[in-house]
Amino acid sequence: MPGKLKVKIVAGRHLPVMDRASDLTDAFVEVKFGNTTFKTDVYPKSLNPQWNSEWFKFEVDDEDLQDEPLQITVLDHDTYSANDAIGKVYIDIDPLLYSEAATVISGWFPIYDTIHGIRGEINVVVKVDLFNDLNRFRQSSCGVKFFCTTSIPKCYRAVIIHGFVEELVVNEDPEYQWIDRIRTPRASNEARQRLISLMSGELQRKIGLKVLEMRGNAVVGYLQCFDLEGESGLVVRAIGTACTLDKLSSPAAFLPACNSPSKEMKESPLVHPPSHGCRSTHNSPIHTATGSRLTQNFSVSVPTLIYTGMGSGSAGKEGGPFKALLRQQTQSALEQREFPFFTLTAFPPGFLVHVGGVVSARSVKLLDRIHNPDEPETRDAWWAEIRQEIKSHAKALGCHAVVGYSESTSICEEVCILSASGTAAVLNPRFLQDGTVEGCLEQRLEENLPAGCGFCHIPYDELNMPFPAHLTYCYNCRKQKVPDVLFTTIDLPTDATVIGKGCLIQARLCRLKKKAQAEANATAISNLLPFMEYEVHTQLMNKLKLKGMNALFGLRIQITVGENMLMGLASATGVYLAALPTPGGIQIAGKTPNDGSYEQHISHMQKKINDTIAKNKELYEINPPEISEEIIGSPIPEPRQRSRLLRSQSESSDEVTELDLSHGKKDAFVLEIDDTDAMEDVHSLLTDVPPPSGFYSCNTEIMPGINNWTSEIQMFTSVRVIRLSSLNLTNHALNKNFNDLCENLLKSLYFKLRSMIPCCLCHVNFTVSLPEDELIQVTVTAVAITFDKNQALQTTKAHVEKSLQRASTDNEELLQFPLELCSDSLPSHPFPPAKEHLESASSNSGIPAAQRDRCSSWIELIKLKAQTIRRGSIKTTVTVEKTSPMGEGNFRNRSAAPCANSTVGVVKMTPLSFIPGAKITKYLGIINMFFIRETTSLREEGGVSGFLHAFIAEVFAMVRAHVAALGGNAVVSYIMKQCVFMENPNKNQAQCLINVSGDAVVFARESELEVVSTQQPAANCQPACTGGEVTT
Amino acid sequence: MTSELDIFVGNTTLIDEDVYRLWLDGYSVGDAVALRVRSGILEQTGATAAVLQSDTMDHYRTFHMLERLLHAPPKLLHQLIYQIPPSRQALLIERYYAFDEAFVREVLGKKLSKGTKKDLDDISTKTGITLKSCRRQFDNFKRVFKVVEEMRGSLVDNVQQHFLLSDRLARDYAAIVFFANNRFETGKKKLQYLSFGDFAFCAELMIQNWTLGAVGEAPTDPDSQVDDMDMDLDKEFLQDLKELKVLVADKDLLDLHKSLVCTALRGKLGVFSEMEANFKNLSRGLVNVATKLTHNKDVRDLFVDLVEKFVEPCRSDHWPLSDVRLFLNQYSASVHSLDGFRHQALWDRYMGTLRGCLLRLYHD
Repeated sequence: MPGKLKVKIVAGRHLPVMDRASDLTDAFVEVKFGNTTFKTDVYPKSLNPQWNSEWFKFEVDDEDLQDEPLQITVLDHDTYSANDAIGKVYIDIDPLLYSEAATVISGWFPIYDTIHGIRGEINVVVKVDLFNDLNRFRQSSCGVKFFCTTSIPKCYRAVIIHGFVEELVVNEDPEYQWIDRIRTPRASNEARQRLISLMSGELQRKIGLKVLEMRGNAVVGYLQCFDLEGESGLVVRAIGTACTLDKLSSPAAFLPACNSPSKEMKESPLVHPPSHGCRSTHNSPIHTATGSRLTQNFSVSVPTLIYTGMGSGSAGKEGGPFKALLRQQTQSALEQREFPFFTLTAFPPGFLVHVGGVVSARSVKLLDRIHNPDEPETRDAWWAEIRQEIKSHAKALGCHAVVGYSESTSICEEVCILSASGTAAVLNPRFLQDGTVEGCLEQRLEENLPAGCGFCHIPYDELNMPFPAHLTYCYNCRKQKVPDVLFTTIDLPTDATVIGKGCLIQARLCRLKKKAQAEANATAISNLLPFMEYEVHTQLMNKLKLKGMNALFGLRIQITVGENMLMGLASATGVYLAALPTPGGIQIAGKTPNDGSYEQHISHMQKKINDTIAKNKELYEINPPEISEEIIGSPIPEPRQRSRLLRSQSESSDEVTELDLSHGKKDAFVLEIDDTDAMEDVHSLLTDVPPPSGFYSCNTEIMPGINNWTSEIQMFTSVRVIRLSSLNLTNHALNKNFNDLCENLLKSLYFKLRSMIPCCLCHVNFTVSLPEDELIQVTVTAVAITFDKNQALQTTKAHVEKSLQRASTDNEELLQFPLELCSDSLPSHPFPPAKEHLESASSNSGIPAAQRDRCSSWIELIKLKAQTIRRGSIKTTVTVEKTSPMGEGNFRNRSAAPCANSTVGVVKMTPLSFIPGAKITKYLGIINMFFIRETTSLREEGGVSGFLHAFIAEVFAMVRAHVAALGGNAVVSYIMKQCVFMENPNKNQAQCLINVSGDAVVFARESELEVVSTQQPAANCQPACTGGEVTT
Repeated sequence: MTSELDIFVGNTTLIDEDVYRLWLDGYSVGDAVALRVRSGILEQTGATAAVLQSDTMDHYRTFHMLERLLHAPPKLLHQLIYQIPPSRQALLIERYYAFDEAFVREVLGKKLSKGTKKDLDDISTKTGITLKSCRRQFDNFKRVFKVVEEMRGSLVDNVQQHFLLSDRLARDYAAIVFFANNRFETGKKKLQYLSFGDFAFCAELMIQNWTLGAVGEAPTDPDSQVDDMDMDLDKEFLQDLKELKVLVADKDLLDLHKSLVCTALRGKLGVFSEMEANFKNLSRGLVNVATKLTHNKDVRDLFVDLVEKFVEPCRSDHWPLSDVRLFLNQYSASVHSLDGFRHQALWDRYMGTLRGCLLRLYHD
């Protein structure tokens, strides 16, 4: 499908002075795409040139359209010497390649130079004409939509969720090529920027091809990362969830039964409209047909037929056999699927049946040069290995699928830690079907299940548990068993019943490591990892209990490797789930009970801890209803197993139950103070200061317990680097430094944003890196959202109603939402747990088997504690009668009103998938940008802080400009994936690489949607201030 | 553990008004932190000094980066790097261009040159305003002056258009530019009692009536602005003012003028006798000021002369302001009844403005 790319250069403004003599510039523009270059005329002697060029036309393959960025270079004409470059603009034209997104890119773009930063702006118009071409063996995947958002995008409906797609491409890093020694830093930076832009284009195209082969039309939860492996190369990899999405474009789309194939689907020739009764699906990601890669494992592309239509009449009541049948099918489907992973973190109601717990895997690898960039097998194999491990962990938890899945790396010299984590889950068999009829029946079946607790119920067999856990009957429905604590990587399901508010919980840890080379280094790291995982988990558990909560959502554990240390940072949002038992307190036990003063000390500490717990309960409004023991029923009698959760499995457990006066019969978590280490732990527990009043924080999308958001949002990035005093570094000192760094950073944020109180920091995302020996860098991106304290009560009600309504509409959508594979809700036949479990436990760290054995006991422990953290349960869908789609329908009609004007000039950015108080009316395409900035005059630019501050501001500006040019007014699911900062103050130099991504959208304020007429005048006055043309 | 790097960048640029003020006032980061601590902010927010330090540094860095744009405010509006709500932009600009009364009184009417800039040290010591702040204010004056100097059209409008200031501030800048251009003396001891507001008031009247721009009177034709210059006094007008000499040179005319004024004011003025005794001196003073305005030197001394020749004599006789107003009204109006005097329009253009100025200048 070749296409014609048309570019027009309109004007420039605020250009820098390039000719000192005249204080003016003779600017012209080069427009380059692929190997074709056009030039504008020189516009002499102006800082605000008006080129008004003709349309430059490029006739290109769509493969190139996807891979190549449009490159615009602004130069200063010089008669006698070489023309000086002023700067460049790279424009990703991908958003123009699928028709319902942007149709034109037009606007002012900052002209960017890697040495000087932004130097003026240029006004460009870009259009693409695509010619239809039904070549099935094509290499391009135009038309596949990409979303960074990790939930089904707001104005779409998921017809099918196909599953995991992944791809990676490798290349040599231009920075490390021999030519880099003789070229200028600018040339080198530009080569790198261009290469990465090309590689991500290629990667996206390849992923798109896989999606097309799976008969999908979109990738949701698309996460693309760069691994700067230094000498050994540059890896760009991406994962995502392939889906078939249907645009909610007219009320008709809501009508049940077989929805007619939507517009977009027609555009994509490979997509089959869903048909009744049977569906053919691909279960495994298929490698590209290009043959550019060998498949590392086998990969099956056999379509599986799943019958759902048979006996639709009778299936209703015969839930058992019917389900069993489904289960069989699901399972077989599952087995054929290479990786039943989903990068989504939020799901349509009912999708998630049970949550098993967090599964994670890490592996330490030694990097070597990638010899043949076209055969990136090693890297592929590494990831395949890790994914395999994750899959088996999930199985061990009785789960078929992994949701909230993500991958990351940490590289230091030639050592690389690969990590993957997700949440083991059981998905609803209902989604296997595509027909509405069956869906309704299923729904009826589930109607009598109570809402809000289902996902907490254990998916595994309680008699054959993969790890020791303390089970009780669900506090909500009292029918199913639930664990005492639940850890997950996903967002809190919207229908979960939560008591009180949530809060951000972090575990922070440093471990010193000897400097070493190659294998010795890798081995040392591998040996440290299990200990770190264990400690991190203990810290999380303690802090959770200290907060009086019983579940963690959005858990993200980051392990960073440096030359002489390892850092672990885990962030999650703690909540109190009504379905789970009240957490016990924390009990301190001394080892030498005879010493009087010691005991006094202990009891003092104990009191402090108890006070803190009480205070936290009040702070987060956790006051669960009292439930008498009889109703709950006796807990499963396994008290002994608890001891395995203790730090040392020694004497204490009996003692504990006796000592535990304050918490009645509930188990307390015991901390033994037997050495200074434990002391520290207790202290560090108590040093975490709660946010000042009026502030809440979480790292998930929504803050449990707050729903009356007002529209003010402030996204920000904060970076801190500290230098450790190199003398006498101990683990203890290191931990303290790191802890202080994070705590101070949070305090600073609270202080800076105090004018927004009452407000909540959402999606708080910490990233740690160790750029040099004694440097620790922490980067935080989050969004502060204000909320209305007074409306809290009323809105809770309204919210409930709303969510019910929403659920109902969603349900309808879901009816046509057959997941191809998915699992059963009956956890009666869990996968063989224990063995697999242990096997998989050995992190495939590339270390000799002997060493693995050494770790194995630890690994077991960690297994128990960290990796397969507990399971949770999802409450099955709210059972609401199908309401008419009018609610949404009305909204659609209203949203059609042209109200984008009123916010001209302002582009909001948020890491969340939504904008409070507004509706997203259109997705314009993915924003994925990579920038390098370098300086050789660090001091003159205000030192490292001045340099980085300016650069990040510039990055924001460029993102906003691109969004505005696409016709959007916000970026959602924004994420700064990388911020690599290097300095050399002695040489007065610094360099920084930043990679950001997000979804460009158009949103309309809810109030505007309602009062379309009144906002017209407002539209006139606002742009005058920000967006209006300048007279200069 | 030392902090190497510490930054906060918001999608919407955070502006703390209090810190902005401290920055504008020229305090160093250290001083600003100390002042903030003293304001009790730590107690209110429960923050630590380190947090305050980091916050202050951050804001200072932001302001430093914004300063380049503030030098040409339209740039601030159309730049893409910092997303700032319009109301905040206006606040940034307005505060940046705001000046201290004490400072402006020192500089008003002086040439905005390097030489004056060197005196800023002394001004800083004298006024207690930090040198940094003095420099900013001085540079603002100079920058505005440079931009509007060669421009045609209304001075206030030009300032407003190129610096996006509020009406009030734009008028003040017009006055400052006007004073700097005409180099009116304002620093003499006897002028110390006058505020910037007094001078600005006079400047506005003079711009409206005595400049080239004022000649084009009815601006029916927008193109007439081509000749509209607000910066310089109308040379022709100043030349013509010599014709007023006759009012005091011709003894009959002077006597007639006096009798007209005295007749009209008899019984209405508390200070009638003093007025009657001083009439000739006052009238000579006012007319002589007019006739001397052809010399640059005398233009510069305009305010000194007005105070010496009119304000001080009246004040020493304790004229109340109401009497001064009555007198000046009558004094200007009576000229119309002088049959032998032909320059009524000229007189009105001169006296109309002067009357306004004198009334404003007449206070303690």
